[in-house]
This record gives sequence, structure tokens and C-alpha cells, in this order.
Amino acid sequence: MTRPVLDVRDLTKVYGTGEATVHALAGVSATVERGDYVAIMGSSGSGKSTLMNILGALDVPSSGTYHLDGVDVSKLADRQLALARNRLIGFIFQAFNLIPRTTAAANVELPLAYAGVKPRERRRRALEALDVVGLADRARHEPNQLSGGQQQRVAVARALVTEPALLLADEPTGNLDSRSTDDVLNVFDQLSTAGRTIVLITHEPEVGARTKRLIRLVDGRIVEDTRQSPINRPPVGPHAGRHAVSTVQWAGGART
Amino acid sequence: MTFYEVVRFALRGLSANKLRSALTMLGILIGVAAVILLVAVGNGSAKAISDRIEALGTNTITVMSTGRGGSSSTALTKDMSDALVDPVLAPDVRSVSPVVSASATITFEGTDHDVNSFVGTTPGWFAASNTPVGSGAGFTADDESQGRRVVVIGQTVAEELFPGVDPIDKQVTVGGALFTVVGVLAEKSSTGFQDANDTAVAPLSAVRQVLTGYGALNSILVEARSPDQVDAVQSEVSTILNQRLNVTATATSANGRQSTTPYRIQNASQLLATQTETADTFTTLLGAVAAISLLVGGIGITNIMLVTVTERTREIGIRKALGAPRRTILTQFLIEATLLSVIGGALGVAAALIGSSFEIVGVKPVIVPSSIGLALGVSIAIGLFFGGLPASRAARLRPIDALRYE
Repeated sequence: MTRPVLDVRDLTKVYGTGEATVHALAGVSATVERGDYVAIMGSSGSGKSTLMNILGALDVPSSGTYHLDGVDVSKLADRQLALARNRLIGFIFQAFNLIPRTTAAANVELPLAYAGVKPRERRRRALEALDVVGLADRARHEPNQLSGGQQQRVAVARALVTEPALLLADEPTGNLDSRSTDDVLNVFDQLSTAGRTIVLITHEPEVGARTKRLIRLVDGRIVEDTRQSPINRPPVGPHAGRHAVSTVQWAGGART
Repeated sequence: MTFYEVVRFALRGLSANKLRSALTMLGILIGVAAVILLVAVGNGSAKAISDRIEALGTNTITVMSTGRGGSSSTALTKDMSDALVDPVLAPDVRSVSPVVSASATITFEGTDHDVNSFVGTTPGWFAASNTPVGSGAGFTADDESQGRRVVVIGQTVAEELFPGVDPIDKQVTVGGALFTVVGVLAEKSSTGFQDANDTAVAPLSAVRQVLTGYGALNSILVEARSPDQVDAVQSEVSTILNQRLNVTATATSANGRQSTTPYRIQNASQLLATQTETADTFTTLLGAVAAISLLVGGIGITNIMLVTVTERTREIGIRKALGAPRRTILTQFLIEATLLSVIGGALGVAAALIGSSFEIVGVKPVIVPSSIGLALGVSIAIGLFFGGLPASRAARLRPIDALRYE
């Protein structure tokens, strides 16, 4: 197998100083291979969002190393970091984070514009990406004219339009009702089938159950890492049961 | 990413918030226009004042008595006035006009009109005092020496006494004597509260005979050959008068306002200088008000720019998360701020230029070019600085902090 898409070692993140110190991450190590579909689960305050922000190069760890597609992200300067966010990562937020008063197509085009793609090519690829998430007919709508599920699918289109090595989703269904959740998860299943590497955060068990691998985080440590279905097969889809326990890896500092 | 693309982003950013962009521009517009107009009004009124004073004539001096009325030793007499016409002692004097004046009632066919100043003088007065005759003719030196009872009336008098009638050659009664109207003075702009057109001018000899008697003169109007020689004329006049009135030479200074001299010399250019000083003070005052309004306007611009950029910190976070380099974001916001302040400022200048073509509180504004540069420069500098500063701060934030910004 080629180098892993994602390789973190002993990541820690400390917020605050003195009395108010909070160890959001207390040494997390993990690798994600190409084509995997990983869910990170954990209760509120378990550090999963902090981990996600570091993986998305939106935040920097207090210590530890982070290799993204073989590149040591912690050593990158601002400009190269921007390039890495643009080319290697597609980030999907819980709050969608579309640019307001800007059409869906323009939102999807945005990362391509920052990548220096020509306008004509940009438009074509944006419409393709919108087609993948089933919103080609909504290209000219602005975010406030779209439902939550549609907005999130626009955000997914925006994340995958640059064909990044890694799709990161921070509770992508957290703000959605069950039908919209289904829409978005179906898109993820499709993308996984097409060979994309996806890492998502969730606290909903049914979302976690559809992924190929499940990581549980408690108090900033990985306590469980379960392979739910083979990495080179399509994901099991919406009717997945909890049939896992093929491989249990204890990574990071396991609790005694 | 090309510069052109960044400009398009900036334009899209502005048009995404049309109302806010318009209001920001309006704020800048009003600030710039107010400063330019305020300074223009101050400048315009100063100019109006100096124009009016220049209309009085700048190459004349007026000699007035400061003595108590009736004291023969200090009064100005016709002899003194004649003595001033002296090619040896006073070579720079062009003309000397002795002046008496009194208030009088002019009657024509049962209509009375009270004239504030019924002036008796010599023909040279018309030119010296910058009071040309509009229609008809002035009286001549011959009229004066013969004591003929002729009169030149002002516009107001003509309108009061001769509505719709040509006053020339009509007979009016003044102080019980008949005067023949020979001319009407040209319309003159008023310099003060008094109506400069409510006047009548007659030969000195006739006025003395009928109205004032043969006492002292009210004043002597001395005209210099050119405005440059006013000071020379003034010293020549004082020399002659001092001789006549037995005043020691040391008591008279150039401005002739020393209380020891029994006369006072008023100089139109001195008046002009005083008034210009006053006008300058006025302009300075308005300039200070304008500076304060520019400051307030600047704070307004600062506020709007800060709010605009701060409100979009989240958007900056999104853009960074999508891989926008810091410089691209900064450029976009700087272009937005530049467009807002330049367009707003240009519209402000246009508004001020349009506004200055109208009279404002009775003053015709005169634009000061440097005020345009100053107002425009300050507002653009403020717009750029306070648009750029928060944008660069936000662009330097880690994306996650920008995204979390409320």
C-alpha cells in the first residue's frame, strides 16, 4: 500500500494556562489509509472537534506530528498551509459555512478560484460537483434559498470540487433532520464507493454505523478503533448493523 | 489567482451588501462634501467682503475731524481742503473733495422723502468715491463755483419720488430751496446696514448755502494717483494739515489715529486690511468647524469599516479554510475599502461642486482647491487604514479562530 493519507502521532492540544488548563487532546496517534471511511465518535468535550480542526489544518496542535499525504503540516508556512487546505483537504462544517448572498455555484467555485483555475473550467467543474450531490438545478440559488440539507450538500460539493486527498466532515448532519441526514450520508456513501477518503465526526450512532471504521474518543484519547467493513469494498449503506469487531486496535495511551 | 479575479471578488463582496455599501459611501460622501462646502462658504464670504470694500475705492483717504463740533481751531475748513491741492507739497494727490453732509427732506409734487445723507461736494468726488452717475450728468466745477442748485439723486430716492417718471430736469424742494435734478447715481451695492442708494449729491456751495451753513466740513476725500501712493498721500496730507492746525509733527503717526491730532485719516486699504483680517478669522473658524466635522466623519468611516470587516471575520475564516492565502484576502478587503472610499469621496466632491453653484445662506461659495485634496485624502486614508487594519488582523487569525468569531 502507498503512504497513508493521514498520519498523526502523539497529538496533544492544551487550551488555557495555569489553573484553567484543559487537555483537549492527550496524545492521539492514528493512521488513515486511502479509500477509508472513518467515523470519529465521542461525547461532547471528548476532543473530537479539536482533533478535526487540527486534521483540517485550521488549528495547530500543542505537540505531536501530523503528516497529510506525506507532507508534515506542522512545518508549513502560512502560504503553503493555504495551499494544503486548498489542494489536500475538503472540509465540511456542521454549520455549513457557505458564504452568504453568494450563489451555490459561486460558493462551489471558490476553492477552485483560490487554486487558480480558469473561470470557464471552474464553472464546468462546479456544476459537475453540484451534479454529484444532486443539486445541479440549484446552482443559481443563494444559501438562504436552500434547505439545510441542500446547503450541506452544496458544502459537500465545495469540499470535493478540488478533488482533495481527504474529505473531513465535522458533524455534517448535526444540524439536519433525518431526511436531510440521509441525503447527505448517501452522498458520502457514493463518494466512498468512488474511492474517496472520508473522515467524519458524529455523535449519532446510526451515522457511525454506516462507515467502514469507527474510532471512539474519550477525554482526548482513542479508546476504541473498530474496522466495521473492508476498506476496499463499498460501504454497507443505511441498513448496517453492528456486526463489527474484526480488528480492534488500541492506539494512543490506552486507559488502564 | 490573478489581480483581476481579486477585483471581481471585491466587487462581488460589495454588491452582496448593497445597502451597507451604499450607506458607507453616503457617510464618506457627506463628510467630504461638508468639509469642502463649509470651507467654500467661508472663503466665499471673505471674498464677498473684500470685493465690497474694493468697490469703495482703495486709492482714497478720508480726513475727518475728531474735535468737538463748533471748535473753530480744530475744524476742517474749505481753506484746508484747498491747501491740500498743492503740486509741491502734495505731488501724489489727484483730487481733493471737501464734503459736507446733512439729512434732509426732498419734496417733489407733495411727495416727501427723507434722505440720510444729503452730500455737498465738488465734482471730483464722483470719481474719487467710486460713485459713478448712472443717467443724466453730474454737476460741473462751474455749477459748484456759481452755487447753482442742481442735485444728483441716488436710486432709492429716484424710485421713491419719481415712480415711473424720468427725474431728470425735474424740480425738487430741499430745505425750502428749489433744486434741479440733473442726474441719477448708478446702483451701488450696500456695504452695511445703510442703504447706499438713499443719497443725494449737490454742489458744496449750494448745500452750504441752503442746508449746513458755512461751518466746518464733515470730511475731506483725498484721491491718490494710484493705490500704491496712498501711504505717500497720507503723509503729505498730514504734513500740510499739521502745519495748518499747528500740531507738532511727532504727534502724527502714519495711521493718523493718534488722539492728539484734531483730525483722523481713514484709509480704504487699511479698512481692507482690517476686514481681510476679520474674514481670515472667519475662515479659520469655519475651517476649524470643518476639521471637526472631518474628524467626526472620519470616526464614522472608521466605525463602518470596522463593523463591515469585523462582521465578515467569519467569512474570512471560511475563505481561509477553503485555502485562500492571507495576501489574497487582504487584497480583496483593501480593494473593497478603496472602492468604497474613492467612490464615496468622488461623489462627495461632485456633490460639493454642485452645491457650491448655489447660494448658501446668502453667500456664494468659492471652492478652495486644497480643501478638496485634504478632505478626499483624509477620508480615503481613513477608509484604507481602518478597512485594511481589521482585515489584516482577521486574515492573520487561525482559520478556526476566525470561524468561531462572533
